[in-house]
Amino acid sequence: MRNEGARQKIGFGFLLGATLFVVVPVLAIIVLIVVKGWSALSLEFLIAMPRDGMRAGGIFPAILGTFILVFTSIAFALPIGVMAAVYLSEYAKDNLLTRIINLAIINLAGVSSVVFGLFGLSLFVVFLRFGVSIVSGALTLGIMTLPVIITTTREALRAVPRSYREVSFSLGASRWQTIRHSVLPFATPGILTGAILSIGRVAGETAPILFTVAAFYLPKLPHSLGDQVMALPYHLYIMTTQVPGVPENYRYGTALVLVGLVLVVNIVAARIRSRIRRNK
Amino acid sequence: MNDRTRSAKIEVENLTIHFGKVRALTDLSLDVRENEILSVSGPANSGKTSFLRSLNRLNDFESHCRISGSIRLDGRDIRKDMEAEDLRKKVGMIFALPIPLPRSVYDNITYGPRLAGVRDRAALDQVVEESLKAAFLWDEVKDRLRSSGQKLSGGQQQRLCIARTLALRPEVILFDEPCSGLDPISTAKVEESMLELRKSQTIVLVTNNTKQAARVGTRTAFFLMGELVEIDATEKIFTAPADPRTNDYIVGRFG
Repeated sequence: MRNEGARQKIGFGFLLGATLFVVVPVLAIIVLIVVKGWSALSLEFLIAMPRDGMRAGGIFPAILGTFILVFTSIAFALPIGVMAAVYLSEYAKDNLLTRIINLAIINLAGVSSVVFGLFGLSLFVVFLRFGVSIVSGALTLGIMTLPVIITTTREALRAVPRSYREVSFSLGASRWQTIRHSVLPFATPGILTGAILSIGRVAGETAPILFTVAAFYLPKLPHSLGDQVMALPYHLYIMTTQVPGVPENYRYGTALVLVGLVLVVNIVAARIRSRIRRNK
Repeated sequence: MNDRTRSAKIEVENLTIHFGKVRALTDLSLDVRENEILSVSGPANSGKTSFLRSLNRLNDFESHCRISGSIRLDGRDIRKDMEAEDLRKKVGMIFALPIPLPRSVYDNITYGPRLAGVRDRAALDQVVEESLKAAFLWDEVKDRLRSSGQKLSGGQQQRLCIARTLALRPEVILFDEPCSGLDPISTAKVEESMLELRKSQTIVLVTNNTKQAARVGTRTAFFLMGELVEIDATEKIFTAPADPRTNDYIVGRFG
């Protein structure tokens, strides 16, 4: 008996250790960027243009650029991803075509982000002549997040009980009416989870925007979707590697803003999700 | 017209149902008469639910289901002469477990009529009141039409589902073991509403419970291993069945 208790303690210890192993780096990152970057935060840092070769002033264009890229890419990817997931989960029969599509989605999820960048460059920037612009960048980022949105949406649709569909059909509803009124409303929170996951990914990626939208330095704000923008992750990369003499707290301040931005957007999205859940 | 066709609401001829390689129902022919309660009884895997779900074409959604033979409603072939959606508005269904949608009592009942195009508020209000009264639920829920249908008790939920089906004013109602999860008092209420509905509707009741079949059935059909063993007036089936297998089941020798 005593031996069994000791074993249990050891097992428990290993499990706890593994959990801490996961949590520690997260805490370390947050502590690091807060400690080193906090002093850079000021109203000017958040709302002013960069000055003095990005060694002073603010990072407003990069914040705005990342914001724009998040919303345009999600606005593109969410409807397409949800529609594709609805087709795959509610309409598609289990045949060769469906299996090929599923394989494609899995593979799309495994493509590295720099490859997406090259793909966006050749398709949107060069071939479709969108140029280096918000459109090209948002489409590239959107395609990158499609697998996440499709997969989470399908899971959300699958979690809606089959009996709801049967009840709806038995009341004379068509397939589309059933999806519209008895499946999608109950899958919305799960679909939003996919969108939330995508936001963090889109905001943080550097490689896909490198060749498609990101500007090294822009003294003015974008006026249309055909303009280039600065973006936080790329700005961070440039300040760290390309521009000598940038104060350390500027770099960590930028990282802090990036993490904070993702956090704020996620909290807002989670709020919307819980409100939808409550309204059911 | 002879007597058989005049009284037949649903005519089933040579109906055979396969799910993949498994045959669920073999060469079934029977009539469901207008304003009767036809009880369909039999042990598990006797094909009674497959039969019931073919009457409103709910089997259409099973990917490996194959059906041969014909089913006619008022003389029209339900698979050739009708759209599935129109058929299901005429032939409603109550499932074994009550499944209120996660919406209010009111919205559950108006689900069918709204999708069928009824928008008028007063008309919808009237449908809700009439349906709930017909399902013997009005007095219990009239003050909480806006609260969730899932917050009702099990027996109330099943009567809500009956009201929801009635909201489309169907001609036929299919009950798939509607009382399998209910206590005796709730069961009595559901049976009471079935007997009342029989005056204006035709009912097919699939039930495992031979006592229930005896209590409410006008006629009773006994299924075994996907075949119809016999169909006759309920009294006859339960007192002097023609087939010894029916008798064995009724006295509880198997199933």
